[in-house]
Formats: sequence, structure tokens, C-alpha cells
Amino acid sequence: MSHWSCTVGAHSHHFGSLRELMAKATPRRSGDELAGVAAASAEERVAAQQCLADVPLRQFLQEPLVPYEDDEITRLIVDTHDAPAFAPVEGLTVGGFRDWLLRYETDGGVLAALGPGLTPEMVAAVAKLMSNQDLILVAQKRRVVTAFRCTLGLPGRLAVRLQPNHPTDDPKGIAAAILDGLLYGCGDAVIGINPATDSVPAVETLLRMLDELIRKYEIPTQSCVLAHVTTQLQALRHGAPVDLIFQSIAGTEAANKSFGVTLALLAEAQAAALALGRGTVGRNVMYFETGQGSALSAGAHHGVDQQTLEARAYAVARRFDPLLVNTVVGFIGPEYLYDGKQIIRAGLEDHFCGKLLGLPMGVDVCYTNHAEADQDDMDTLLTLLGVAGCNYIMGVPGADDIMLGYQSTSFHDSHYLRQVLGLRPAPEFEAWLEKMRIVSDGRRLLPVGRGHALLAHGND
Amino acid sequence: METTDPTPAVNADAPAGPDGRDPWLELAGFTSARVALGRAGGSLRTGSLLDFRLAHARARDAVQSAFNAGGLERDLKRHGLASCSLATSASDRRTFLIRPDLGRRLDDASRQRLQELATGWGHRDLAILVSDGLAAQAAERHAVAAIVPLVEELQGAGWSLFPILIVPYGRVKLQDEVGRLLGARHTLMLLGERPGLGSPDSLGAYFTFEPRADRTDADRNCVSNIRPEGLPPAAAARKLAQLLVESARLGVSGVALKDTGLPKPPKPAALG
Repeated sequence: MSHWSCTVGAHSHHFGSLRELMAKATPRRSGDELAGVAAASAEERVAAQQCLADVPLRQFLQEPLVPYEDDEITRLIVDTHDAPAFAPVEGLTVGGFRDWLLRYETDGGVLAALGPGLTPEMVAAVAKLMSNQDLILVAQKRRVVTAFRCTLGLPGRLAVRLQPNHPTDDPKGIAAAILDGLLYGCGDAVIGINPATDSVPAVETLLRMLDELIRKYEIPTQSCVLAHVTTQLQALRHGAPVDLIFQSIAGTEAANKSFGVTLALLAEAQAAALALGRGTVGRNVMYFETGQGSALSAGAHHGVDQQTLEARAYAVARRFDPLLVNTVVGFIGPEYLYDGKQIIRAGLEDHFCGKLLGLPMGVDVCYTNHAEADQDDMDTLLTLLGVAGCNYIMGVPGADDIMLGYQSTSFHDSHYLRQVLGLRPAPEFEAWLEKMRIVSDGRRLLPVGRGHALLAHGND
Repeated sequence: METTDPTPAVNADAPAGPDGRDPWLELAGFTSARVALGRAGGSLRTGSLLDFRLAHARARDAVQSAFNAGGLERDLKRHGLASCSLATSASDRRTFLIRPDLGRRLDDASRQRLQELATGWGHRDLAILVSDGLAAQAAERHAVAAIVPLVEELQGAGWSLFPILIVPYGRVKLQDEVGRLLGARHTLMLLGERPGLGSPDSLGAYFTFEPRADRTDADRNCVSNIRPEGLPPAAAARKLAQLLVESARLGVSGVALKDTGLPKPPKPAALG
């Protein structure tokens, strides 16, 4: 194990391992304090960052933070590392890597080629040194494009997951929320329901309802019911119309085990969804959600800070060519991200790390009622992510998820972001919105007349 | 003027038809979600913006409000139920919110006191704990209404109970330590749930068969959303009694105990 030290003024700081150095260099957050891995003082944090800036990127290949023998995600990271892709930065330190990322010459093409050569730990390390504006600037360069029935992630585009949850999975209640969202131009990323009940029949009912709606109105989008992967697989085997397979994932094997998933299970699910061949313009069939703090919450953090573990979850996602990945950034609660400031920082870090690793990152800009945050903090993060080129955000009726009991972003919020930054929906979806007389010129919502087909559908 | 429109018409640019009804607004009849809000340009209208702020303010107040443990003790006494107040290692609200580990264990004084009391109380079947958790008003408003019929039903079935334990700043897992110290066969913990915007006073109930340190959430059963607009306290008491009796019969709790033949989840209140 490596040993690091650095002198700040008259004081010398020592860090017993790369793992400890990474944790102490992390901008302050409650989850690392809860885990007992955070810096003890503000000065120690910056000393750790100074020390981390001098660590060679190569060190991360030699010193896994979670042991190779104990963890299949470490094995995935190490065994799939692309040395030729890493070559352009292999001689750099973490601090040098930050400077390199910010250069004019480091554009989207360069970053795309570099991605397979980066490990989550390298990306997490450089994020710890970066300011919020650095995280935005570099992420904005890296567009990640994926497709199923529409194309997501193109420059100048912002997609929205329509999230029409209902506390009892009532199909009419869910349909009402879907129609409301479609009439605000939402739903191009996915129409995705978190079911209240994780049962195969309930999931099948919802999948069929979504499939009928999408087919009837020829909506160029995809559906998903966010049950456990095994539940979705069973529904699929019963012949249910599965577009995307969803699963929550984390950055250690043990945390994933607590979610009831392994890499092998995810591979099986991906193969099953691909075999259905339901995509029309692309074959990205997986949808993953993540969030800082999930490994600690599962008692499976190996003494590693939560931001680094979050980046490791992206190594899992990357393996399966997902259509969508999002960090549910403020959902977990104040014991992991205490307030609006910590949530905003974490959202920008996660988006940056995911993009650098080549993922189609979205963010569930959200908070719970016991966090020190409010909708104004969400407006701030939402706007920053729009500037950073985030692929998609959530669209929840009035930002109030009545099933999950937290606040996210609303249909109105997504329209605000599209307005203020001149962003448009996915191209296929935009054409549909115009055909349906919902949006004109990709920008303005049209008045919805009494006879509009979608309103008539909702009131059937 | 969209923002000052006194009518609830959501299609501000496309007024309601001859019958005066706005078909968009009718979507709101199918869900308590905030649909059919209308818009000013593409943004929330002032009324909807302030409605949301009020709901969030109430939820925030619910999280922050102080727990009137003394009042709860008196209410229980009025129903002939003895209680005993204890403390966790979380010393204040902020610490409780950011250090869930401290809310999972008693403080030293309470641990010692409970050990002493346990000797006098001897072996019993069930220990009920009440805590404010994340919403004090949930415990204040609904705990007694759930406990009284539950105790009556279980005593009728021959169960022996410890005095009700009132423990502010508690987390679900606290019952493992308390249950082990008492040697209780079952523990049941009632505590305020994470408040949602429409549900600032929702009570949760979690029970464990043979509580001990290595129990996890998978070893517990949960009945949630206990409040008049959700699962009313009396109905929750019936459901808990059924589940507890079944748990004692089978000698298990958690995923191994199936929730069958019980009331369906409540319908959400329609949007006002």
C-alpha cells in the first residue's frame, strides 16, 4: 500500500493509502463523515487535494481501492482497461490530467477515444480537484449518443424521462400523468414507471398499458417499468412487451449483491432484451440508476469515499451499453448529501464522471423533505446541468412524486430548461410533437384544444 | 392574463367548451399527482407555485418539529397503558438526521436503566417502541390510536406486553438492541416516516421476531402510510395483529412471512 504526504505551511499531512487520500481529498459531504473517511479539517482536505494532484494516473492501475480478489467490479475495471486508449495521458499526474482536460485541443472526439483508457478511480480523482465550472466545461465537450426508438444525447437536445408514478399503480392515474407530461413535450428519454408493487403480474399490466399507448399514437419513445431486474425478466419471458431493462446498480460487488444483482445477471437481462429486437433506430436496451451513498447504505463501501464508489458504478453501466443512466442525486437523504450545496456538487460530479467514462448521463435532480434543500436549489442544479449538456432529466407532475415521496423536476421545469438554453427534444420525438400539435418549432407549447386526441384518450 | 386567471381552466389559450368544462382538468380526477396545473407561458402559474411551497413548508415543519413525548405518555396512561421514556445516542435533531447510526442505539444511561427494569419485568412476548423518527406529529397523532386496539387484540390472544417504550430520535433498528436487552420475543416499532409533500404525518410500523444485533431489514415486516387519509390507525392495528400472530405461529418475520388476505393499500385522496 502506498503512503502519501504533503507539507502545507509548517504542517505536514500524511495519508496511509490511496484510498485514504482519495476520501480526504473529496469536497465535504455528510456521507463520508458518516463513514468516518472524510478529512478532519478544511486544511487537511486541501492538503489531500494537493497531494492527490501529484499522484500519477498510472498509480490507479497498480493500487485498486477495492481488492481485485474480493470484488468483480474491480476485476471488470482492471481486466477491460484499454492501454492504447490510455496512452495519451499515461504520463500525467491527476493535476496534470485536469489541465489536459481543460485544454482547447481536448475536444469531444479526443475524450471519446480516451474513455476506454480511463478507470472510474482516475475520473473520480480528477473530479475531486475540479471546481464546479471545470466539471461543467469538460462534461459539455463530451456528447454521448444512444438510441432505441429515438436518438438521445445529440448536441442542442435535452430529453425528459416521463415519470408518472402512482401509489397503487392505478392504470388510469398513471395514464393521466403520462398524457399530462406528453402535452408538455416530455417522454422522449423514456416513459418509466416506478411500480409500487414489485410483482410480475403488476409489471406485466403496466408494460402492456405503456405498449398500447406508444403503439396507438405511434410515439417514438420507449417504455420501462422499474421493477427488480428479475421481475422484468420474468415478465419478458411471459411475453410482456419489454423495451428497456432497468436496474439500480452500485460500485461494489457487495453493494450490488444487496440489490440482488451480479454482472452475470445483468448480462442475461441485456441479452434477453436485445433478442426481442424492439428498437427501431438503435439497440441500447439497458437503463441504470445510481446514486452516491448506496454502498455505505448497504454496508459495502470498503472504506472508499462515496463519490469514487459512484464512479465505479459507472464501470458496471458501461459494460452494458445503456440507453440511459441517471444518478438519483438527492434521493438518499441528508446523512449522505446534507444540503443543496452538497447535492448540487454531487450532481455535477456524477454527470462529469459518467460522461468521461462514455455514459449517456441523465440526472434526477431531486431532494427529500429532511434534506436542507428546496426547489430553488433544484432550479440551480437543473440549469447548471443544462449548460453541462446533460442528456436528460426527470419529468414528474408538479415535481412531486406521490409514490416515492420526494421532489424532482417537473414537466414545467423541463420546458423552462429547453426555453432558456434553446434546447430541443430528441429529433424523432420533436417531429411527433409537431405532428400532434403539441409543440411548434420545437420550442413553444401550443394551446391544447378540447378535441385533442390525447385529452380524449385520458377521459375515455 | 394567465397568471391571474381566477378560473381553474388549464387551457388558458383554448378556453373551455360550451359546457364550461376543461377536458384537461378532468385528468386530475384520476390521480392525486399534480397534473393539469396549467401554465404561464410554459411555467407554473402563481397559484400552483405557492401551493407547492406550502406543501413543502408543512413537510419541513413536520421534520423539524419537537416531539411531545410527555403528551404521548399521558395519552397512553389515560388508556391504562404504562410507558417508559428512554433516549438514543442522538442528542439533537440535526445529529439524528446526519448520524443514523446514533439513532439505532440507546445512550449509556438508558441502556443501564433498561437492563435494571428488565429484571423486574421478566420475560414477555412483545415490546412496543414509539419514536418521532422523521415526523413527530405522526407519532403524536396516530400512535395511540394504533396501539390501543392492537394491545387489546393481542392481550385477548394471550400475549404479554412490556410497558410502551417512548424513545425520541430513534431509527428502525433500535428495536434490535432494546428487544435483546429485554429478552422480548417480538419488537414492534412505530415511528414517523419520511414526510412526503401530501403526507406530513405518516406513521410507519416495523416488527421483528427474536430481535438481535444481526437482524436486517429483510428480517422485518413493515406496515406503512398509517394516517387517516392512508391506512387508518385502527385498520393498521388489525393488520399488525394478524401479522404478529402469524409471525409467532411460524416463528419468522421478514420476507419469510407472507402478507396475504389483508386489506389492500388505500386509494389516494383525490386532488383538492
